[in-house]
Amino acid sequence: MIIQSSLSQLGSYCLFIAKAFSIPDKWKVFFKRTVQEVSKLGVDSIPLVIVISVFIGAVCTIQMKLNTSNPLMPAYSVGLATRDIVLLEFSNSILCLILAGKVGSNIASEIGTMRVTEQIDALDIMGVNSVNYLVLPKIVAFVGFMPVLSVFCIGTSILGGYLVTIFTDLISTARYTYGIQAFFNEWYVWYGLIKSLVFAYIIASVASFFGYYVKGGALQVGKASTNAVVSSSILILLFDVILTKLLLQ
Amino acid sequence: MIEVKNLTKSFDGNTILHDVSATFYTGKTNLIIGQSGSGKTVLMKSIVGLVTPEKGEILYDGRDFLKMNASQVKDLRKEIGMLFQGSALFDSETVLGNVMFPLTMFTDMTRGEILDRARFCLERVNLQGAEKKFPSEISGGMQKRVAIARAIALNPKYLFCDEPNSGLDPRTSILIDELLHDITHEYGITTIINTHDMNSVLGIGENIIFINKGYREWVGDKERIFTTTNEALNDFVFATRLFQKVKHYIVSESHKEK
Repeated sequence: MIIQSSLSQLGSYCLFIAKAFSIPDKWKVFFKRTVQEVSKLGVDSIPLVIVISVFIGAVCTIQMKLNTSNPLMPAYSVGLATRDIVLLEFSNSILCLILAGKVGSNIASEIGTMRVTEQIDALDIMGVNSVNYLVLPKIVAFVGFMPVLSVFCIGTSILGGYLVTIFTDLISTARYTYGIQAFFNEWYVWYGLIKSLVFAYIIASVASFFGYYVKGGALQVGKASTNAVVSSSILILLFDVILTKLLLQ
Repeated sequence: MIEVKNLTKSFDGNTILHDVSATFYTGKTNLIIGQSGSGKTVLMKSIVGLVTPEKGEILYDGRDFLKMNASQVKDLRKEIGMLFQGSALFDSETVLGNVMFPLTMFTDMTRGEILDRARFCLERVNLQGAEKKFPSEISGGMQKRVAIARAIALNPKYLFCDEPNSGLDPRTSILIDELLHDITHEYGITTIINTHDMNSVLGIGENIIFINKGYREWVGDKERIFTTTNEALNDFVFATRLFQKVKHYIVSESHKEK
């Protein structure tokens, strides 16, 4: 029964995405909406990304120092480990799990409310491809802006660790800075950015899907919003394993 | 003119519409009336294509809607305007933005021309001065008028109104009814109004289709409704004491005249 309903939902999702990726009715309107979505989904998320990243970067640095106090470990390994954690997992997987809550619930509740207030029916009656009109700008905007958020996250996380070296005497700034630059593997940056693009697509498309097919009223919009966050979080974790296996091995 | 022939629609084995046939005339206010749950909303949604019936024909001036391909349906939709029960205005757009929307999407008019047309439509529904307000900042009656302005922006041939008076006070309801009636006659539109407001039925019902338990029970106009012997229709229309008195008065007056 669960398998049947999952397959049925997967089929509906594929049809939904096929509709979303059709040619827009008017390119001018599409570009205008995409810019609006970049502002709403991307730029508005920057403060949250900065706050979280600074604190997580600082915590990573402190944890690394406290848990690797071994004379055999070089002091710069704190900076190195912080950098690699941020590049490999935090700036993509963990950040996207956090954004699934903010952006995913925002998208699902917005589209869900449009559904229950018949605004989507109004678009359909006018002859507008409502899936394409509502969903494609969100996917394009969020996927397009995700690398920017990811880079912001990397920069501010490392800054968080740097602040720890300034305001505490756990580790010297020079050793932290050396560790940040030591044994740098450029592919880790690309790996993180590729993952963030896939996760951004999952968040935007899954949340839109759950919002679009809401039936009922405000209660169902809330449920759809929760389901969107839960489903996209699980999919992010699943694809994290798959992409790590594919890209790092 | 829109013709519906032998329309049948079920949900989960429960038949909502049974072989419903009806004709909706151009330049007239056509009313679909019936109790809640009688199938009138399903009938309207079937006609506009939000619900697909299992059986039957829907002819828009002879064009079979159910046999059209996607591109023909898209073209037909540009000839349709619809006023939803809850107005269905776009929350993120201003009043002017809502009316401009179909013009921006479906015409090659310049921005100036679009603005002129949108302002003309807003003037037509007596809503000058509310252009910059958002739907949440205006009253229910004003929202309905904005929805009417948006529906007529593309000069539709067919106008559908789903319970246009729901949630409105009697005075505003009459204003909306008069507006719909005037627009229908002014532009020669085929207007279909889904309602259970008896003021609308007796005020603007030029062609009334009564749906009862999924069947088309009665067809007539606002004059004939007073003399109908259809029990279900009498129970529905003259359910309140006020309307029973109105009927009694009108029937006795007509007898005196004779």
